[in-house]
Amino acid sequence: MVAPSEQDQATGRLTIPSFNWGLGFFGPLVGLVLLCIVFSFTSEYFFTTRNALNILDQVTVLGILAIGMTAVIITGGIDLSVGSVLAFSMMMMGWLSREFGVPLEIAMLCAILTGAACGAVSGLLITVARLPPFIATLAMMTVARGLANILTDGRQIVGYPSWFTSFATVRHFDFLSVTVGVFIVSVILAFIYLRYRPGGRNLYAIGGSPEVARLSGIAVKKVTVGVYAMCGALSGLAGIALAARLNSSQPSAGLTYELDTIAAVVIGGASLAGGVGSIAGTVVGVLIIGVLSNGLNLLAVSPFIQMVVIGCVIALAVTFDTLGRRNR
Amino acid sequence: MPAASAPESPRRGLSIRGLSKDFFGNRVVSDLDLDVAPGEVVALLGENGAGKSTVSAMIAGIHPPTEGTMVWEGQAFRPVSPADALAAGIGLIHQEMRLLPDLSIAENVFVGRLPMRGAMVDRETMNRRAAEQLQRLGLDIPPTTRVGSLRVAAQQQVEIAKALTLNARLLILDEPTAALGGEETDRLFEQIERLKQDGVSFIYISHRLDEIARIADRVAVLRDGALVATHDTAQVPVKTLIEEMVGRSVDRMFPTIAPPRDQEVLSVDNLSGVDGAFRNVSFSVRAGEVFGIAGIVGAGRTELVRAITGADPLASGSVSIDGQVVHLREPGDAIRAGLVMVPEDRKQQGLLLDQTLADNVAYGNFDLMGRRGWISPGAMRRFAQAAISRMGVKGQPAQSASVLSGGNQQKLVIAKWISRDPKIFILDEPTRGIDVGARAAIYEVIAGLAQSGMAVVVVSSDLEEVLGLSHRVLVLSRGRQRGLLDREALSHVAVMELATS
Repeated sequence: MVAPSEQDQATGRLTIPSFNWGLGFFGPLVGLVLLCIVFSFTSEYFFTTRNALNILDQVTVLGILAIGMTAVIITGGIDLSVGSVLAFSMMMMGWLSREFGVPLEIAMLCAILTGAACGAVSGLLITVARLPPFIATLAMMTVARGLANILTDGRQIVGYPSWFTSFATVRHFDFLSVTVGVFIVSVILAFIYLRYRPGGRNLYAIGGSPEVARLSGIAVKKVTVGVYAMCGALSGLAGIALAARLNSSQPSAGLTYELDTIAAVVIGGASLAGGVGSIAGTVVGVLIIGVLSNGLNLLAVSPFIQMVVIGCVIALAVTFDTLGRRNR
Repeated sequence: MPAASAPESPRRGLSIRGLSKDFFGNRVVSDLDLDVAPGEVVALLGENGAGKSTVSAMIAGIHPPTEGTMVWEGQAFRPVSPADALAAGIGLIHQEMRLLPDLSIAENVFVGRLPMRGAMVDRETMNRRAAEQLQRLGLDIPPTTRVGSLRVAAQQQVEIAKALTLNARLLILDEPTAALGGEETDRLFEQIERLKQDGVSFIYISHRLDEIARIADRVAVLRDGALVATHDTAQVPVKTLIEEMVGRSVDRMFPTIAPPRDQEVLSVDNLSGVDGAFRNVSFSVRAGEVFGIAGIVGAGRTELVRAITGADPLASGSVSIDGQVVHLREPGDAIRAGLVMVPEDRKQQGLLLDQTLADNVAYGNFDLMGRRGWISPGAMRRFAQAAISRMGVKGQPAQSASVLSGGNQQKLVIAKWISRDPKIFILDEPTRGIDVGARAAIYEVIAGLAQSGMAVVVVSSDLEEVLGLSHRVLVLSRGRQRGLLDREALSHVAVMELATS
């Protein structure tokens, strides 16, 4: 292309007004609505309150992971370690309470801190040792998985108190379980942070160009470490939610969750190049994955075919997104 | 097609008749006639958006013309790709280099057509032939040198060498001196002269009018996509050329700036950079002063101002603001201390082109808008609107920064920092790649900053600019401070002497 500025000046073409938090998730939202309509026709059970709540239960862990991943991807990074960190955090919680009699409330806090620490280490590897995020978090993925197994020599920890498992199983007011509530509150907080706080806005600057961000006075390294630490902490939180749901801590939990999470965020309109993405889009992305597997399950489609379908949806979503961007 | 227009140009060389180009229904080049004889340098002038790049893109086979004909060496010429044009003997040397940094010079010159011996690359032939071309350009660099290790000027010559090995007989140079210092420019001009003797023609695109008189045989001026004037000599007064380009008369390029106040705002003492990019630099800037930093490319000017603003680390020395020594480890520290910088490369360092004007103005200024760290889209839009109206940026807060012209982009970067009412404003190459009309506007802005009592530091490769704007000029050469010239002592010769010492 020859000097786009020349053309634009000559044609006086305006771009569609669009702030970062704008309607980037509009396309995925349309896709979600279409999916729901289709499944409503194919299964009479699909469009019921109960099934909607089931879907929310099913996507909670993925959703909590996706919030942190969204922030990381907006900065132009990626976190491959979320699944392993989830497992390590949940093992830490079980191990502390089982082996040392640490009260479960405190062990839960430790799980979140464990996740945050893992994330901070990834962040430091990226900012101080200057590893590419892909490599740094790939290393963390392997290390955290190893640590999760080391704690109990690969054995799972079964049997939590009923007040803990009720987080995932009891629906208060016949409506929300605690874990779904935590997911929804996290979504709201993250939405507000990314939209209304300087710290959140700055993530878009870093994703756009770390150099521009730094020259604008943003403490890029500090923010980057913070983002990975937050993503790790959310992985810890997701680990607690999963432990409550499974009534156990398993060192093999969360295997390949990092890929599902990245898929949800990307379907929601975020760009792996950084600088683009939103919590609203991610929620839509998470729901698309949730609705898709729920709807296909109701149709008794085999899990193998489901994998094929989800893969195609990822490719389709990103294709539409790229085409839309090019037309602008 | 139409050999019909051939009779008009019995000469060899390139002959263009009625060339037009539409983009999205808008005519960006209309009905252009241009002739380039063998061994001739034709300068193509015009503001950004005048259509120069589109013209060269059509000749070089990047965009097909919408209408019109080209005749090249007696043949109708309709290149469908750059490779096609190059095969016919016409090469475009881009403003931005398109070389492979990890390959050698010879490999770059012959990439895609490596000389072979059987199944193996014939390195000997490749290196010998590359060396021949380098010699022809008067360059004494081994052809096995890795391109990434070369300076920009040398990389450009590799591009030229590459075109020459393809037997190019017409070279289009797009802003070839944008990144070159005075000495390197001289060398380039010598090479152009030498190649002219061999019958190579040039279309020379530049914003630097002083160069035109030195290198061009003829001048063609474009405005709004149409040819407004051609001169059969390059000895045209600069003022005339500017008036033709801008379409209105330009009285003076540089605004008058009142003398500085007494109060010293910025002072740097014995500053040295980590890689020896600059050593033992000391100076101070007063309120209301425009302080120029001159030197050829590689003299350490950008490194110096980046280190002062905390963007790069300092090896030794100290920076004081209002008489207090400050330790600026990050650009954020400098910004909070009232020291802001408009970086050298606005597209890579100054702006996020994919993001909106409002976003671009907001980054770094969140502390100035909203309440207690809460910002709303509305607050951002109002803040941006205020900043861009104050600077006269032609654009809306919700527009993407990429649609702005170069001049407006630069104003946007300035607008962002002016909102903070800083004490010290550093501008690195404020008018690089900006057309003449917009330059005058930037100069007015710089004058306005000084007038309002800021200490202004201007780094520029454009000597005219440094001389026209500054109260005093610091001259750097190879990282050393060669002199500090007062307004009275300022002249082209004085600065160049120091800069090349």
